[in-house]
Amino acid sequence: MEIQLKLNGRPLRAAVEPGTLLLDFVRAHGCASVKRGCETSNCGLCTVLLDGKPVLSCSVLAARADGCEVQTLEGLQAEAEAFVAFIADQGAEQCGFCNPGYVMNTIALLRENPDPTDDEIRAYLAGNLCRCSGYEGQLRGIRAFLDARGPAKEGHHG
Amino acid sequence: MAETKTVGKGVRKKDALGLLLGRPAFVEDVTPRDCLVVKVLRSPHAHALIRSIRTDLATKVPGMVAVYTYEDVPRQRFTIAGQTYPEPSPYDRLILDRRLRFVGDAVAILAGESEAAVDKAMKLVKVDYEVLPAVLDPHTALDNPVLVHPEDDWRALCAVGADNRRNLCASDRCGDGDVDAVLADCDVVVDHVWHTKPCQQAMMETFRTYTEIDPYGRLHVVSSTQIVFHVRRILAQALGIPKSKIHVEKPRIGGGFGAKQTAVCEVYPAFVTWKTGRPAHIVYTRQECQTAGSPRHEMEVHVRLGASKQGKIRALDVYTLSNTGAYSEHGPTTVGLSGHKSIPLYTGGLEAFRFAYDVVYTNVQAAGAYRGYGATQGIFAVESAVNELADRLGVDPVALREQNMVREGMRMPAYYNEPANACALDRCMARCKDLFGWDEKFPVRDMGNGKVRAAGVAMAMQGSGISGVDVGSATVRLGDDGIYNLVIGAADMGTGCDTILAQMVAECMDCDVDNVAVFGADTDASPYDSGSYASSTTYVTGKAVERACTQLKTQLCALAAKGFGCTPEEVEFTGDAVRRLDGSASVPLADLATRAMCNNTTAVQATCTHSSPISPPPFMVGMAEIELDKETGSVTVLDYKAVVDCGTPVNPNLARVQTEGGIVQGIGMALFEDVHYTPAGRILENSLMQYKIPTRLDMGHLQVEFEASYEPTGPFGAKSIGEIVINTPAPAIAHAVFRATGTWFRDLPITPEKVYTALHAQP
Repeated sequence: MEIQLKLNGRPLRAAVEPGTLLLDFVRAHGCASVKRGCETSNCGLCTVLLDGKPVLSCSVLAARADGCEVQTLEGLQAEAEAFVAFIADQGAEQCGFCNPGYVMNTIALLRENPDPTDDEIRAYLAGNLCRCSGYEGQLRGIRAFLDARGPAKEGHHG
Repeated sequence: MAETKTVGKGVRKKDALGLLLGRPAFVEDVTPRDCLVVKVLRSPHAHALIRSIRTDLATKVPGMVAVYTYEDVPRQRFTIAGQTYPEPSPYDRLILDRRLRFVGDAVAILAGESEAAVDKAMKLVKVDYEVLPAVLDPHTALDNPVLVHPEDDWRALCAVGADNRRNLCASDRCGDGDVDAVLADCDVVVDHVWHTKPCQQAMMETFRTYTEIDPYGRLHVVSSTQIVFHVRRILAQALGIPKSKIHVEKPRIGGGFGAKQTAVCEVYPAFVTWKTGRPAHIVYTRQECQTAGSPRHEMEVHVRLGASKQGKIRALDVYTLSNTGAYSEHGPTTVGLSGHKSIPLYTGGLEAFRFAYDVVYTNVQAAGAYRGYGATQGIFAVESAVNELADRLGVDPVALREQNMVREGMRMPAYYNEPANACALDRCMARCKDLFGWDEKFPVRDMGNGKVRAAGVAMAMQGSGISGVDVGSATVRLGDDGIYNLVIGAADMGTGCDTILAQMVAECMDCDVDNVAVFGADTDASPYDSGSYASSTTYVTGKAVERACTQLKTQLCALAAKGFGCTPEEVEFTGDAVRRLDGSASVPLADLATRAMCNNTTAVQATCTHSSPISPPPFMVGMAEIELDKETGSVTVLDYKAVVDCGTPVNPNLARVQTEGGIVQGIGMALFEDVHYTPAGRILENSLMQYKIPTRLDMGHLQVEFEASYEPTGPFGAKSIGEIVINTPAPAIAHAVFRATGTWFRDLPITPEKVYTALHAQP
């Protein structure tokens, strides 16, 4: 079957098998940031934005993205760059394999809730597993970014 | 210690931004997608012989290139454990064997042009199994009539006390003093058995390897591995080809924790590529990682701890039964740490110790190396015994430890008589006690809502490399414009060794860390390194880096002196230049680099290799506060404080994050991560759905501090940190749960159902 979508802003028309997962589709189209860490929708490594909402691309058929906009970290570099340096300053990237997934989910969080509390950050990112960092350094990095940025302007709250 | 500019600073990891921005870095990202897909057909039986195997139908599937069985592979046995040759792990594997030894053992290797073709072909391989009785219980393994390795060509290269005719992978005993006599004379003896499960490393990137034939006709292997040089040797042995025909490199590694200190998957695509000449890759599923990986050794540790009424710990008798599963990987060595890295914590007043062990083969998934090796299991047992002693004596467990702990300057009989050159364990305890608020939190607090708060404590030690075995090497060279290249054979698996070793170069050469480009690990390009395991890289390879820099400075001085027309003794290296001591001349480093590339015969490249006769232990104290729900039995970690003595923390940021990560893995081991087998030997927890690793809602609040000591044999006084950090949570949390419930849980993990059952069994 053929699908049409926007991948990172670029219109794309492609033939896919009905069973093709969005994860495999975007990786085949050059989005190597999207990782697979499990087969059971538990790890969060494959998080992408589907029409702006974070989804696990291992649990979404490519066909489901027909007519939609799909964004991966490749397409959101500037938005990520705004805060990931703060995580790097903690050394909390560690092996890096889970990074794209939780960075994508952090982007989604900050769009929804520009001034999250620590507990809101923990809850929103709870589905993003990391085996290296113990999570605390990731939180410190995001908190350092929020503190450096100051309170989000009025009207930006979702 | 002298003032340092770069060592001791929380320098950002060199690859941090690339990783955070999702740039291609890992095996699958940097190798061609257009290659054969390799998968392994796995045994449904815990123990069986292949009566017959038909591959004709599978081979006919369009897109299939090859299906290999035990009849196609070389006949010499080898081990996939990444250890220095001759490996202590007996040679008990073939690439494919007629005998299948656990549910998940390799039956056939399939290679095809697409995953769909391979999946379809997998169902068409027809195997007739002769199902055999299996040995599933480690207690009955020794001298069981059912043998896991009855084959005549099974071979132990080292005297590890192995005997395949007894299902024995290793055994030994050692001691100091008359332990039985001292125990008989003790006022109190704590005598129990502690049990830990074969926990999974659960690194986020599963096992994966890409292989191709390079333009020179050599096998080029790109693998997610901690041990490029061992992989080269293992593949040469397995395939029966010369090592000169193999080139192994690692790109970024998506976590290892010891799992990738074993060549779990490399041999399959390597075999396919060597046979077909075609590029191939294998990517393990999470299910394969959980069922055919290389987890922690399940251990049962029997501790007899004897003390006086006054709280002097006088004797420790430790016996460990370790289950290596179907194959030997790391079996003979992990077990040693269960005693050698738990007993020495109490060197203080110890009059006698004994440590004995048996490591048995069974028909379950083979175990391997996992952060902490066997120390994690042994420390859970010994530290729990000490907490139990404190309770029986009615003394504060912190004070009891202060009374008995190893201290700087002591020689540790149970640690191969090695010295505690640098030991801040006493300061770690004092600081952790303050930080945690031990005196306020240790008393059990009923919260009045069915919940109870309580606290627990544990100490830990580990090593820094394997004494007298591990080899670390580094090449440092000056390049154009005065940049430095650092080439290493150690593998940065995310922990940041590329960066901390560059920090050492920057410190030695008095330059910015950005001026140091790091490359590794690659068997063709890197100087030899045993690999990144056993907490060795900072301590062993770091020392090689320091020595290589010293040598390079001598070369730079010689080159400059030649230009000045004076002797090397008359010049000094100042970081950005070499100058004459009398101030009459100076040459900038960049000019020296240029000069080195024209009509020059003085090398500006130094390679140093280092090995250490001792393995200085890092030390640590961890304290946990939990809240236990009496209605459900669930345990929540509220607060975890830890203070670590890793010598000099070379990069405190990276040391802190490693510590936090290790603590959270330890919390997982203590509370969640469970492994069950069906009566037929199949693992139930075969996904991250059932095998629960901690999320960020499961770990409470962590706080880590360092109490530096100065290890004179380490680079800049450094010891190690990679492994020790996983060791305190299990005993500290078990202690807190005892405080809350009155029940000692000696069998991990401490699940809500175990707690609930214990609470309701009480009168």
